[in-house]
Amino acid sequence: MDFSVLRNLISRYCVGEEYWVDSRTVYIGHKEPPPGAEAYILQRYPDNRIVSSKYTLWNFIPKNLFEQFRRIANFYFLLIFLVQLIIDTPTSPVTSGLPLFFVITVTAIKQGYEDWLRHKADCSINECPVDVIQQGAVVRTESHKLRVGDIVMVREDDTFPCDLILLSSSRDDGTCYVTTASLDGESSHKTYYAVPDTMAFVTEQEVDSLHATIECEQPQPDLYKFVGRINIYKEQEEPIARPLGAENLLLRGATLKNTEHIYGVAIYTGMDTKMALNYQSKSQKRSAVEKSMNAFLIVYLCMLIGKALINTVLKYSWQWSSDHDEPWYNQRTEIDRERHVIRAFTDFLAFMVLFNYIIPVSMYVTVEMQKFLGSYFIAWDTDMYDEDLGQGAQVNTSDLNEELGQVEYVFTDKTGTLTENCMEFIECCVDGHIYIPHAICNGQILSAASSIDMIDSSPGGQRRDHEDLFFRALCLCHTVQVKEEETVDGIKMGLHQGKPTSFYISSSPDEVALVEGAFFWEAGFWVQRRSSLLWLNFLCVSFRFELLHVLNFDSVRRRMSVIVRSSAGENLLFCKGADSSILPRVVSGKVEQVRARVEQNAVEGLRTLCVAYRSLSPADYEEACHRLSAAKLALQDRDQRLMQAYDFIERDFTLLGATAVEDRLQEKAADTIESLHKAGMKVWVLTGDKMETAVATCYASKLFRRSTQILELTKKRTEEQSLHEVLFDLSRTVEPCVCVCVFMSRLSVDCQDYGLIIDGATLSAVLKPGPESSGSGNYREIFLEICRNCSAVLCCRMAPLQKAQIVKLIKASKEHPITLAIGDGANDVSMILEAHVGIGIMGKEGRQAARNSDYAIPKFKHLKKMLLVHGHFYYIRIAELVQYFFYKNVCFIFPQFLYQFYCGFSQQPLYDTAYLTLYNISFTSLPILIYSLIEKHVSVETLKRDPSLYRDVAKNSLLCWPVFLYWTCLGLFDACIFFFGAYFLFDNTTFTSNGQMFGNWTFGTLIFTVLVFTVTLKLALDTHLWTWINHFVIWGSLLFYVIFSLLWGGIIWPFLNYQRMYYVFMQMLSSGPAWLGIILLITLSLLPDVVKKVLCRTMCPTATERAQVGPLPDRI
Amino acid sequence: MMASSYNAKEEDGNPSSATVHGGAGTVKNKKPDNTAFKQQRLPAWQPILTAGTVLPAFFVIGLIFIPIGIGLFVTSNNIKEFEACLYSVYSKYSFSSLSTLQIDYTGVDLSSPCFNCSQNYIWNSTTPCTCSVPFSLDQPFESNVFMYYGLSNFYQNHRRYVKSRDDSQLNGDLSSLKNPSKECEPYRTSENKPIAPCGAIANSLFNDTLDLYYIDPNGSRTAIPLVKKGIAWWTDKHVKFRNPAGNNLTVVFQGTSKPVNWRKPVYELDPSDSDNNGFINEDFIVWMRTAALPTFRKLYRIIQKKPNNMSPTLPRGQYILDVTYNYPVRSFEGRKRMILSTISWMGGKNPFLGIAYITVGSVCFFLGIVLLIIHHKYGNRNNNADIPN
Repeated sequence: MDFSVLRNLISRYCVGEEYWVDSRTVYIGHKEPPPGAEAYILQRYPDNRIVSSKYTLWNFIPKNLFEQFRRIANFYFLLIFLVQLIIDTPTSPVTSGLPLFFVITVTAIKQGYEDWLRHKADCSINECPVDVIQQGAVVRTESHKLRVGDIVMVREDDTFPCDLILLSSSRDDGTCYVTTASLDGESSHKTYYAVPDTMAFVTEQEVDSLHATIECEQPQPDLYKFVGRINIYKEQEEPIARPLGAENLLLRGATLKNTEHIYGVAIYTGMDTKMALNYQSKSQKRSAVEKSMNAFLIVYLCMLIGKALINTVLKYSWQWSSDHDEPWYNQRTEIDRERHVIRAFTDFLAFMVLFNYIIPVSMYVTVEMQKFLGSYFIAWDTDMYDEDLGQGAQVNTSDLNEELGQVEYVFTDKTGTLTENCMEFIECCVDGHIYIPHAICNGQILSAASSIDMIDSSPGGQRRDHEDLFFRALCLCHTVQVKEEETVDGIKMGLHQGKPTSFYISSSPDEVALVEGAFFWEAGFWVQRRSSLLWLNFLCVSFRFELLHVLNFDSVRRRMSVIVRSSAGENLLFCKGADSSILPRVVSGKVEQVRARVEQNAVEGLRTLCVAYRSLSPADYEEACHRLSAAKLALQDRDQRLMQAYDFIERDFTLLGATAVEDRLQEKAADTIESLHKAGMKVWVLTGDKMETAVATCYASKLFRRSTQILELTKKRTEEQSLHEVLFDLSRTVEPCVCVCVFMSRLSVDCQDYGLIIDGATLSAVLKPGPESSGSGNYREIFLEICRNCSAVLCCRMAPLQKAQIVKLIKASKEHPITLAIGDGANDVSMILEAHVGIGIMGKEGRQAARNSDYAIPKFKHLKKMLLVHGHFYYIRIAELVQYFFYKNVCFIFPQFLYQFYCGFSQQPLYDTAYLTLYNISFTSLPILIYSLIEKHVSVETLKRDPSLYRDVAKNSLLCWPVFLYWTCLGLFDACIFFFGAYFLFDNTTFTSNGQMFGNWTFGTLIFTVLVFTVTLKLALDTHLWTWINHFVIWGSLLFYVIFSLLWGGIIWPFLNYQRMYYVFMQMLSSGPAWLGIILLITLSLLPDVVKKVLCRTMCPTATERAQVGPLPDRI
Repeated sequence: MMASSYNAKEEDGNPSSATVHGGAGTVKNKKPDNTAFKQQRLPAWQPILTAGTVLPAFFVIGLIFIPIGIGLFVTSNNIKEFEACLYSVYSKYSFSSLSTLQIDYTGVDLSSPCFNCSQNYIWNSTTPCTCSVPFSLDQPFESNVFMYYGLSNFYQNHRRYVKSRDDSQLNGDLSSLKNPSKECEPYRTSENKPIAPCGAIANSLFNDTLDLYYIDPNGSRTAIPLVKKGIAWWTDKHVKFRNPAGNNLTVVFQGTSKPVNWRKPVYELDPSDSDNNGFINEDFIVWMRTAALPTFRKLYRIIQKKPNNMSPTLPRGQYILDVTYNYPVRSFEGRKRMILSTISWMGGKNPFLGIAYITVGSVCFFLGIVLLIIHHKYGNRNNNADIPN
């Protein structure tokens, strides 16, 4: 407090620096503080308008253009265009301006439309009605008119319009329940508290009469941190100051639940709200293909510059004699002659322009289109449609389709991803006696639950008591809330008839399973009414319990408790929690039997909980109450003191028994994991669950096989040995395998595979930068080395951030493998965002993961098709697309380069302007686009059946340098064939039957015709799947070329200032040798590729090639 | 509704995602259509390039190409073309086994008859320099003979040169006639009058006159009739090139200037045929079609076979080529040639195509055999290897 006074003093004397103030003062209801109080500096706050749109009507064109030209490719084309405009270049500016204009316009329209949608969304949010208290009355206004300091009333199930400090709620205790599902994905109801001094306000007038100010920190994005202070001024009294914490702050975006209405005061509005501060635009992920594409581009850019340089130099050495430079028949203009100095430079630029088509705009457009359209096919796939969920795969970004085919590491969450997150009460064990009900799963009875099998049903007084207590504990000790449907009566009726019309909401699905299990067991049910009273209907006898205290669950204690008072007036404390946290606190009960059972269950992959109780004497109860309330009222270290109080109360338990809940594996999870393994991916399971359960799940899901040698790197082990020794031990174990793998890379599958288990604590020890910085880096390396040699890794007890850390670690390791993270919960979001590809499962724990992911799928099993089929296909498609584009442009431009040697390096284009412009746009664009959308080199079934085919495309193998070199060489070879073929055909002779001669345009047209046919047929040779669309576009574009050429040369075009193409094409076709030449050159240029393909296939076929011709029955 | 704004924000900086999301959003809660297209299950033909499928293709290509190549080669060899260098006409290049007639009359060599002309070259000299080049034919030309002039080291495909023309002027456009395109610079105007036809190409029109005489054994010279019709493309002569409208070309071209290097204006190019004047002069049209390579030939005249006459077009014997030497090429080390050639269906003499066809056909055939062997060897092995799989 003193500090803030000091701060205020400082800020008062530093007028004009108000924006530096790191706290804000809010006048509740805009009332000035009483004169005597400290003077505050008035700050200006933004209104409550949410702006997610990027552009306004005015700045759209300049801003959008700026954004677009920030892309290096667009900028390059703009530059070329400007060069063409400014200097005298061989081709008209239209040839590059038109495509560029087209691309820019289409993109601008698309972005404009998207922004318009955002504007609309913003508008609907900003204009949604909000109730504000003004002069003691509720006034309805629009959301964006909210100001800091306004008192807002929010009703049940409404979302908060801005960040509010809770003043009072309709509940007596001044609390309200809130779900923050849309913020952090936690669907549980959280409790928020009103300021004690204001919680009594019930009516608007009362609230409006409040005279107070709030001082709080400036907005910051951390959702769980808030520090503030409220000063309440009363008549003739000292102002009361109360601290405010995160539990008083209602966040924008959260929804009010189970509370009729609340009053709150707006403190952060609009873009200052924590939600707004939290949405950073996702950093755009770039795929590996894009990276290699950029590398290739650089090569081609170098090639381009090289070509231009060579030609410029040659031009000037050739021009050394003036006969060549300016023969009498070809003089320069006077103006041109004077430009000595810049002529060399403009010549260079002119060559650049002449060859610039080697990097075509259309490639970017085609790649974008391919990705964009391709993502629709993923979303349309019925194989990835889930009937129960009513949803198919969802594509949130289309940039990563091909990355799905490159995954090397899969990081998966366990609960909800590998498993259903649909808990099933499997059994319970009371004092060592085991009870097994029929399966019940989240409100649905999976099989008839009419009876319960009691394995040992010998009655006994003591046991019977414990049994009663056990089930009462299950029924009472939880935080499950009943979602009521229609009327309260309905529930009762429904439950009586065994058809629950109500369902249970809890942050933990385990609890729901337990509660449901308990009901069907003993036909008991409970209704919670007005917070503190519980009725328990147990074997047709009603019991009334008063709920006195709830000692909430937290992950440190790993247990929760309730204190209830039975109708008999007895105070009971029921506690349930992890065995490790309950058993040490037990003083009586059959600990050994229960522990044995718990351990056995844990090994089987069940989630176990122990249940215990303690009977509290009135004195104990008083003590507990005292401690609890003291801790709750504490202004400082509240959490710590609560913890101490809990610790004090939760002791001297009598063990009742244990429960076992199964989280069933998702359908085909094991099959999927096995396929991923076969495909050469390393699967890591990252879970917050405990080791035993996680290991069991891993075995069940075949992540670990029986043959897998398990390496443990856990806290238990590091306690025995030092971390250092353990790490070296492990690395030595793993080492031999490495050698084997190196020598027999093909057979690496056969060598012993290792599974590593590591827990969160050890992991942080490994990753922690130790005091000796060299040592820690070492650990990290050794750890990575071990991981690299393990086919499966299980990380248990992981915090969400640690998951992201792991992903980051692997991403940064020296091979830079492509990682994929898959998860369903909010705790997986960080790793989903971190990984190269993030996949969200549309699970039960909210949509947070699906929303932040790049792709969302309904079930884990769909990952198989996503990666092995779609990923594989899109990878080969885009690889071919990229290589083919470079190839066809080498073929296109290299003859122009060669022609320069025969035209005195004068930048004379070989082809007509129309051909230059349309080559990439229309003559050769559609076939490759269609190819890149529907090519399937092997059938979907083969890919699914044989996951190892995925290895054929691993490590970006189709876009590695040798392949790129092959394509480029092929392009150069073909270009030489075209050029020199035509050269020898034209060499000083005629090839018409009437003796007439052809000119340079016929020469170019001949080359161009061969070119178009060759590159199109080359693609036809690469196409493995010929649907009618392929036939249509391939033959169609050839036909289009012919028709266009006939038309282009058939008319004197009035708008052109030259008619050089007039009848050139037709004259060429009227000559027999031209036809023969075209056929010969096409055949010759396709020959090497065919031979190479056939030879490779015959001599050393890849797995994919074998699968293509595979055994006949399989192909059907 | 907060969620929707959240969404919108997330998609910032990711231009394509919003629409995709929208697309996926519309199918939300709806099963995607199970159509063959959307599921990518269109019926398809799935060819695979294996040795088995390629082998027959190779053999077929080989079998087709080799005969074509042989045919082409034979045809090409039957074409008679006379080619000779001037300074050795009398001895080596008398046309016998070599089936070309090509006379270089540049006059580089001292012994060349045109040496003097090439040395004493003055533009616009009133007295044209003439020289005569004798040559002999050992074999007669039986069919129509095409007479070409050839230039070497002449960059008709230079960019500055290629674009230095005005097609709309040549097409008879009156406004272009008076105001030629800027591209024609520096041959656009002369003496403040627009040049017609403008540009470097027109300006450098080939203006040598070549005449051919047969020397009878008795020593008398018989002029061989040279036809100048049909040397240009029909479409060029009738559509692309047109004179400006008007009955009298002299009037039409009033106010324009002749190209600086020309001796006479465009409307007086052919005094013998009034339909061959102006822009539609065939020699002019032929020249205006710029050649692809720096060594080129252009059709000059046609020596037509006399109808119903069994005698050859050019019987064997002594000939004289009379050259009116106007065109300077020595300054850029060019060469001028006169070529006589017969023409077959495949045009002039060009053995390239035939040889190429034979080569490619043989290569295909050879590759077919190699592949057959490889296929035999590896195919079995692969099959064996496949069986355990």
